[in-house]
Amino acid sequence: MLSLTIREVSLALREGRISPTELCRKCLNRIKKTQHLNAYITVTEELALKQAQEAETRLLQGTPRGPLDGIPFAVKDNFCTENIKTTCASRMLKDYTPPFNATVVQKLFDQGAVLMGKVNMDEFAMGSGSTDGVFGPVRNPWSYSASYREQTEATPDSDWVITGGSSGGSAAAVASLTSYLALGSDTGGSTRNPGALCGVVGLKPTYGLLSRHGLIPLVNSMDVPGIITRSVSDAAIVLGILQGLDIKDSTTIPAASSLTELPEQFDVKNLCVGIPKEYHAPGLSEETVAQWSRVADMFERAGAWVKQVSLPHTQYSIVCYHVLCSTEVASNMARFDGLEYGHRSEVDSSTEAMYASSRHEGFNDVVRGRILSGNYFLLKQNYEHYFVKAQQVRRLIAEDFKHVFSSGVDVLLTPTTLTDAACYSGFTQEDNRTRSTQEDVFTQPVNMAGLPAVSVPTALSRRGLPIGLQLIGPALQDWKLLSVAQWMEQRVGFPSISDYGDSSRNDTGRSKRERTSAV
Amino acid sequence: MAASSVAASELLQNMNKHISILYPKASYVIRRISTSRQRSDSQPQLRVKSAPQQLVGVVGLEVHAQINSNTKLFSGSSVRFSAPPNSLVSPFDASLPGTLPVLNTRCVEAAVMTALALNCTINRTSLFDRKHYFYADLPAGYQITQQRRPIAVDGFLDYSFLGGKKRNQVIKRTVSIKQIQLEQDSGKSLHDDLRSQTLIDLNRAGVGLMELVMEPDMSCGEEAAAAVGELQRILQTLGTCQGNMSEGQLRVDANVSVHEPGEPLGIRTEVKNINSIRYLAKAIDYEIQRQIAVLQRGGTVQSQTRAFDSKSGETVPMRDKEGLQDYRFMPEPNLPPLIVYEDNASLPTGIDACQVVVVQAIREALPELPAVKRERLVQTYGLLPEHSLTLVNEDGLVEYFEEVLKATKKEPRKVIGWVTKELVGHLKQQDMSVSQSPIAPSALAELLELQETGHISSSAARRVFQEMWRSPGKTALQIIREQDLGLVSDTAQLHNICQEVLDSHPDEVNAIRGGNKKVLNKLMGLVQRETKGRADPVLVRKIIQEKTS
Repeated sequence: MLSLTIREVSLALREGRISPTELCRKCLNRIKKTQHLNAYITVTEELALKQAQEAETRLLQGTPRGPLDGIPFAVKDNFCTENIKTTCASRMLKDYTPPFNATVVQKLFDQGAVLMGKVNMDEFAMGSGSTDGVFGPVRNPWSYSASYREQTEATPDSDWVITGGSSGGSAAAVASLTSYLALGSDTGGSTRNPGALCGVVGLKPTYGLLSRHGLIPLVNSMDVPGIITRSVSDAAIVLGILQGLDIKDSTTIPAASSLTELPEQFDVKNLCVGIPKEYHAPGLSEETVAQWSRVADMFERAGAWVKQVSLPHTQYSIVCYHVLCSTEVASNMARFDGLEYGHRSEVDSSTEAMYASSRHEGFNDVVRGRILSGNYFLLKQNYEHYFVKAQQVRRLIAEDFKHVFSSGVDVLLTPTTLTDAACYSGFTQEDNRTRSTQEDVFTQPVNMAGLPAVSVPTALSRRGLPIGLQLIGPALQDWKLLSVAQWMEQRVGFPSISDYGDSSRNDTGRSKRERTSAV
Repeated sequence: MAASSVAASELLQNMNKHISILYPKASYVIRRISTSRQRSDSQPQLRVKSAPQQLVGVVGLEVHAQINSNTKLFSGSSVRFSAPPNSLVSPFDASLPGTLPVLNTRCVEAAVMTALALNCTINRTSLFDRKHYFYADLPAGYQITQQRRPIAVDGFLDYSFLGGKKRNQVIKRTVSIKQIQLEQDSGKSLHDDLRSQTLIDLNRAGVGLMELVMEPDMSCGEEAAAAVGELQRILQTLGTCQGNMSEGQLRVDANVSVHEPGEPLGIRTEVKNINSIRYLAKAIDYEIQRQIAVLQRGGTVQSQTRAFDSKSGETVPMRDKEGLQDYRFMPEPNLPPLIVYEDNASLPTGIDACQVVVVQAIREALPELPAVKRERLVQTYGLLPEHSLTLVNEDGLVEYFEEVLKATKKEPRKVIGWVTKELVGHLKQQDMSVSQSPIAPSALAELLELQETGHISSSAARRVFQEMWRSPGKTALQIIREQDLGLVSDTAQLHNICQEVLDSHPDEVNAIRGGNKKVLNKLMGLVQRETKGRADPVLVRKIIQEKTS
């Protein structure tokens, strides 16, 4: 039951094969069993059971609110949740409880979805491994799968692999079968990257399609709430519910489509799939390249027109992203001074001293480093050299995409990450900045241009770990993009994690039972 | 940062109560850093013996006008003066993470209306920026303002004031308005020196401001005061700002420098902390004189921020942060460009005119501006320009004047003196506004009517006016009766009084008989003195003429 998709479990609920409270209890148990993954920061058990009970009443009365009524979900801990701690995995907000719900969270509540808890991440979403939060790193559920253990003879407790990030908790929650969907956020790839590494679907919608109200910002001009699910069609269901204008976010745009379902049969004949040549980046693993060609061939065989295209400014994107990211971070983080909320230092010799030590104690060195460089870029004497230049390059990058799409390309097919998930021990050899530069290379240009993109799990690597590929579409073509993604999903034959054993420790027997019940 | 005079301990109590609602575990009490103002040791020498001949003052102004709107610039919180501390604070105002600004259209309309009244060019597209600095009453660590492209630019303000030796000459001037920008107000810090604490009240945080930058086209305090006074009247007429300086709705910083005409401008200082128009003039004139004195001593003027101390009438240096401050401006990423439309025809399809700002509609709704009103008064009632200036300058005086006119047959030109001299004189003496006058327009009209119809003399009328001022509620007629101020027109009685005066002034009588008719006025005055001004002047003149012929 736990490994079903939303579509499937929603049907099971309606048919009475399982009740929302039973489903909720199963997920809560599963969260306990998978505690070692460190996916959850806060488990909202009491609220979840209450919401499940309410959903149950509605279902019994035959008046469910929609496809998500009674469906367990998880929320990245940088979305505000009323009366529920929202920490951003930072000491600064360790005890912070917002007085309101983020719009996307509220929309899920309004649909009757059941909140299981708030999930782990890199501090303030700055990172690509989910290793840099104050609550510790998130472990990739695939570290405990039979496929990984058999292939690499790894001992999970020392050789576990990272989830990717920064929405690693969200991806881990969906992959480890504790939630059917999770909200992530995507600023430079933070939803797609862990989606790829954890073998789940990671959707970054068009900028402005989903409200950012209540999403604690990283880079306002690039942040988008991300959707993590087990299938493309599930992502489409959630997108249909979350999209649209929000009066509380002046950068939102009306939904281009009111669709909630993807077409069952989608014909890729005459579809033009672009392969950007600049995405053959150094460090790209052979296996990923192989998957990239396999899927490209798949499209071609089905009658799509696959052609190489050029996005000439790609190589400048990551540098430019770092400048813009740091500047907005420096600005956005200025509010954390320990006065109105958040961590306040004991040092109180003066207001300035209090600010300084509160911020020093409250933020990790990654956050502090970005604040420092961001403020440097914004200084009067540097503004033109860094910020303005980066804005100009950003425009060029956006235009690269525009040119390609206006030349008849419908979607771009690219890798999501360079390789499959790295071992934690190896990953942490490099600092956060170096890691981000490597990991975000295929994902952040999309954020610079505000385009929709989705990472679709494609295959397992030789190490038995997921590899994902990314599809990028023109602005507001999210539905067409998802239709193509679903077509691809139906053909790549990516296995469910439950086929490879449970991700809970030393409990493979139980996973077999799960599988049986799931059939 | 103007702190109100509420006891800090009381505020603290109130504030904790309110905070606990918003942020259960937070307390707003923070340690005080340092006293922000230090007296300069070397006070400027102000007694300059020889009057400065070549150096003249140059004055520019930065005016912050609080927009008169129900809610704040980017949030739905109410705007109200002197509400309990921290009772008007939304999550956005307290800069809780995840909150976003939503622009208040009413504030944009107010800025456009003000810009039109000040002859500005409205930018069809304007932009918002973040200006960063750390201060306890700036919760986000930045202010949202319009640095790169403000909503309006290139306007001017015509103003006039009474000058000349007798202060009855209307002097006209114009000051250029560089720009008008929309921005957020900050909260208030209340420094409790005793406990070494700073209390923060965020009620004002996020209230909409229009910042108006006036070019350095003025030369002295009087001009600056007149320009701000005219601006204040325009804002009040438009209803875009209540304009009360003591409540901080209108805040004026003056940039002051001195130079020899024709030479480049001197180094300027910025004078802050000015909370009335009178102090504005004082502060500027003090600062001009101080700078002249510094230069004449052979010194140089320091570029600095100074505060006006209303008690001493001096400007003193403030803790200088300007030199080091880099505001690290950047575009506000959460607000799209602000677009205003010229007219309904220019609206893109599908956009509702009610949800956007249309300049044409605002232009058509502009009320009668003070300058137009003054011209109308001159034309309609045949008043002198200086009288129209006084009438329009006092809030409610035009209405008062027109009320009086309705109830009397007296000519406007004869009524105006009573209003602009007697009434305003009395009001000024007691620092009262027109609406507080103890004499209603109808009561004044009754008094003037009694004078007009010959019941009392003009000097008696003045005494009645004073009595009416002292004892509100008594009618003019009552006072005339009680104090026996009615005109004496008993011929026999007047004959006797006149005879006594003539008998005791034989020289004057001879002079009149010799043809010097002017002396007659002196004798008439003496008769009035005897009758305490109540004698019918026409009758008295006739009697004296008879007796001296």
